[in-house]
Order: sequence, then structure tokens, then C-alpha cells
Amino acid sequence: MKDVLKDPKAYKELVKDKNPKPKLAKNLIMAFVVGGGICTLGQLIQNIYIKYFHFPPDRAGDPTTATVIFISGLLTALGVYDKIARHGGAGTAVPVTGFANSVVSAALEFKREGFVLGVGSKMFILAGSVIVFGVVTAFVVGLISALF
Amino acid sequence: MGTYLTAFLVGGTICLIAQLLFDLTPLTPAHVLVIFVVAGGILGGLGLYDPLIKFAGAGATLPISSFGNALAKGAMAEAARSGVIGILTGTFELTSAGITASIIFGFFFALFFNPKG
Repeated sequence: MKDVLKDPKAYKELVKDKNPKPKLAKNLIMAFVVGGGICTLGQLIQNIYIKYFHFPPDRAGDPTTATVIFISGLLTALGVYDKIARHGGAGTAVPVTGFANSVVSAALEFKREGFVLGVGSKMFILAGSVIVFGVVTAFVVGLISALF
Repeated sequence: MGTYLTAFLVGGTICLIAQLLFDLTPLTPAHVLVIFVVAGGILGGLGLYDPLIKFAGAGATLPISSFGNALAKGAMAEAARSGVIGILTGTFELTSAGITASIIFGFFFALFFNPKG
């Protein structure tokens, strides 16, 4: 056996071997199930808006988004969303519920800095980059479509 | 506009792809979300996101990629109506509900709740 303390490469391999394997398969399954579940719930809410509130199917996305944001915002305020997110990973981050979670949790966290300097300025401290890069992409896409 | 099954499968698959990027690349979750928004915007520009919405309903409209698609579509639609200035006036046309709801609920939840833990 090689002396691992004198051979950095062997030492690295030993460390890699001893470290717990990232639970990739479990993470992937959880992301799929939780993300898929949130979207299925969204589909249910959307169907309710179409069937009982008579929204045209192509306009039912707006009240659905608002409702889903309200629910995930409330769950964030109650400290429940973060518990789901611990298992859901990307399944809780990628749907719009994750966007709402980042806005509401930032708003709550920075409340101690005041409503103007904390809540008002820092609400989008996490979600801001998504908006900025989305708008820049839309600008480029819109410009290309307008010119060609 | 999608069934429960297609919403589950497509929504789940989009999240699974994001989880792969979380776990197998050095990208942070914030970087992955930005990539998804940009990808959604490009797919929207190419007209490829709407067929996915038709197929998967909320499975395509709830993931953050839909936000990029809606921004791009708003900019394109208004640019087609009123020229280049439409890019500025139309970008938030379709995403207003999501952003406004986030601000309103964020504000009022901060008013009535305190952070946990």
C-alpha cells in the first residue's frame, strides 16, 4: 500500500473514497416528484379557474400563478416551504413557487432593517437576477424579431 | 392545455434537469435558474415554448423557464404592434401577474409575519 500522506494523488483518492457519496439518485427522484407534484397542483388550480370561474384557458395562467405564489408565500412565512425545499431541491426551486419563496423569505429576513431599507430594497435580493437576465434575453429576442 | 399526467411528467423532468446541474456542475442554484430563464426566453423567441405549454399545461407554465418565455413573447408581440418601442412597453405585459403578486404578497407577509428560526 502506498503511503497516502506522501502521495497527494493517493491521498485525494482516499478522501474521495471515504467521503459520503452525494445522494444523486435520491436527489433526482425527489426533484422530479416534488417539481412534478407542484406542477400537477398548479394544473388542478388552473382547471378550477377554467371550470368554475370561467377563465378562458389561455388567460387562466395569471390567476393560477398568483394563487400558487400566495400559497408558497404563506408556506414560506410559516416556515414550511423551507422544510419541503430541504428534500425537494430543484423541485422546489425551479417552479414559480421557488421564485415566490425567495422574494418572501428575503422580505421577512430583511424586515429587521426596516420596511424601506430592508423589505423594500432587499425583497428581490435573490429573485432579482432572474428578472434582470430574463428582461435582457427578452430585449435581445424582441429586437431580433422586430428587425427581421 | 395539458393533463395532470403531462403536467407532472414535464414539470418533473424540467426540475430533474435542474437538479442534475445542481449536483454535477459547480453552478450555484442562482446560476441554474438564470440559465433556465434565458433558455425559456430563447425557446420562446423560436416559437418552441408554446407547443410545450399546449402539451404540458402547468408543467410548462410553472417552471421559471416560462417566465423567460413570457417576457420574450410580451416583447415580441408588442414590438410587432408598435415597433421597437414595443420591446420596452411589452416586456412585462404577460408577467405582470407573477411579479406584482410576488411584491404584494412579499410585502404583506413581511408585515404580518416574522422570520422563523
